Amino acid sequence: MAILETQNLMKDFGGFVATNNVSLQLIEGERHAIIGPNGAGKTTFFNLITGHLTPSSGKVIFEGKDITGMVPHKVVRLGLARSFQRINIYPRMTVFENVQVALIARDHNHFKLFSLGEPHNRQDTKDLLELVGLDTEALEIAGELSYGKQKQLELAIALAENPRVLLLDEPTAGMSPQETDEAIELVDRITKERGLTLLFTEHDMSVVFGISDRISVLHHGEIIASGLPDDVRNDPEVRRVYLGESLDGEGH
Amino acid sequence: MLACLIVLIALVALPMSGDLHAMDVTVEIMILALFALSLNTLIGYSGNVSFGHAAYFAIGGYTNAILLTTYHVPLLIAMPVAILFAMVASMFVAWFCTRLTDIYFAMLTLAFSMLVWAILFKWREMTNGDDGFVGIAMPAFLDDRVPLYYFTLAVVTASIGLLWLICHSAFGKVLVAVRENRTRAGFVGVDTRRMRWTAFVIAGTFGGIAGSLYALFKSGMYVENAFWTQSAQALIMTLLGGMYSFFGPAIGAATLHLLEILTNRYTEYWPTVLGGILLVILLFLPDGMVGLAQKIQSRFSRNGGAN
Repeated sequence: MAILETQNLMKDFGGFVATNNVSLQLIEGERHAIIGPNGAGKTTFFNLITGHLTPSSGKVIFEGKDITGMVPHKVVRLGLARSFQRINIYPRMTVFENVQVALIARDHNHFKLFSLGEPHNRQDTKDLLELVGLDTEALEIAGELSYGKQKQLELAIALAENPRVLLLDEPTAGMSPQETDEAIELVDRITKERGLTLLFTEHDMSVVFGISDRISVLHHGEIIASGLPDDVRNDPEVRRVYLGESLDGEGH
Repeated sequence: MLACLIVLIALVALPMSGDLHAMDVTVEIMILALFALSLNTLIGYSGNVSFGHAAYFAIGGYTNAILLTTYHVPLLIAMPVAILFAMVASMFVAWFCTRLTDIYFAMLTLAFSMLVWAILFKWREMTNGDDGFVGIAMPAFLDDRVPLYYFTLAVVTASIGLLWLICHSAFGKVLVAVRENRTRAGFVGVDTRRMRWTAFVIAGTFGGIAGSLYALFKSGMYVENAFWTQSAQALIMTLLGGMYSFFGPAIGAATLHLLEILTNRYTEYWPTVLGGILLVILLFLPDGMVGLAQKIQSRFSRNGGAN
């Protein structure tokens, strides 16, 4: 059954169609990769789903509910969390606080004006930091962490919302090969443990073919192929778009 | 914590010295400190710079003065009503301002405060216009310097205590996250506009408390209290003390006010000196005096560790 679905989703930026008639069904529990060359419209597609952008036409359905045009903070509440391609944390707060704040918000405590903030969700925060392997960095300033660790922190923030669907926009962008392996292993383990449905974009084909159940290929805002990894790999249209690039999961 | 206690004890003890001038200066500093701290809920904690905070100071002050004097309302009703007026006004203004961000937000706060100033200026029969609303009918129990001093001290201490709690609450923590990265905060389920609205209303309400105390202290209110220069003064105090620390703005308020008094003894060019101070802050003290102190302290402790 589809947990998340887009129907004929369209985004027109004053003549430039960034997302064109995209219909996609995300099956509960699957790991679905969106690939495509730079500028194919992957991030726009994510922004349309999570409410950062409003579609020009079409629908976004989450668990049977129409969430088209819903503002981000309400979308998150339904169980749809995301991370960002570019680092998106609270740079001057500690690693601990970065996660704690998300938990306070999850529990609807962010309008408690007269309840000291410090004691809120301490154990949950510790658990989450441990889960993503940041427990020793808890008291460091988030903006001073290494790039890879900031990405891990992003993941912890997204997980803090207790999502059922996790949208990761290029989770390994800018990482060294070793950081990439660690990050993917982490995502792999967490999605399995928590039974999360995963939708992600990724450039690294070895990552894509390594963990995806299904793959969709976006090109000029349109889905040109969608299916099992092997089918997508052998699709002539996909081969044409990725002219000369290896789709065999070797290159980075 | 210890420092707060020492300051509080010193403040409680001051009237025993019998130095009336020192008491007047201290009362004014306490009021300005509360005003600057209230503004910092908005600037330091939520990251929205207001150029129009004087509006709520003036609304609190004028309402208190007019209710006491024109309508003979007792202080225990007049002052809460004055604070309520400031709160309601800030709720209304915040509703518009929080639709905008950054410089547009700042300009709109300025526009609303100039509107308040214009009303106070033109509504002569109620406010006495640019002659100022002078000669407040003071309640009997405050009709002397010492009781007024202790009344101000009590209200300011309670207000700052409440502000401290709000800034360190679950709300305050999430508010800092909104300041740091509004987009991210939205994506963890925080209604960032409502958060900013709430911060604005808190700032306006406590600004109103400061204003209503000021009216009692000066036994009057003046249109200048609503002018943008009054807003700018609070902004400078906040920057001077340090907007990223809770007590920074209070330290800034005390420093700036004492400097003003000192400067006025020797020269009439206080605005020039003020300009120089602002220059120094912006160029050399981005995190204010508190930020500087923290930098020095961390350098010392690092050196200590090396030895």
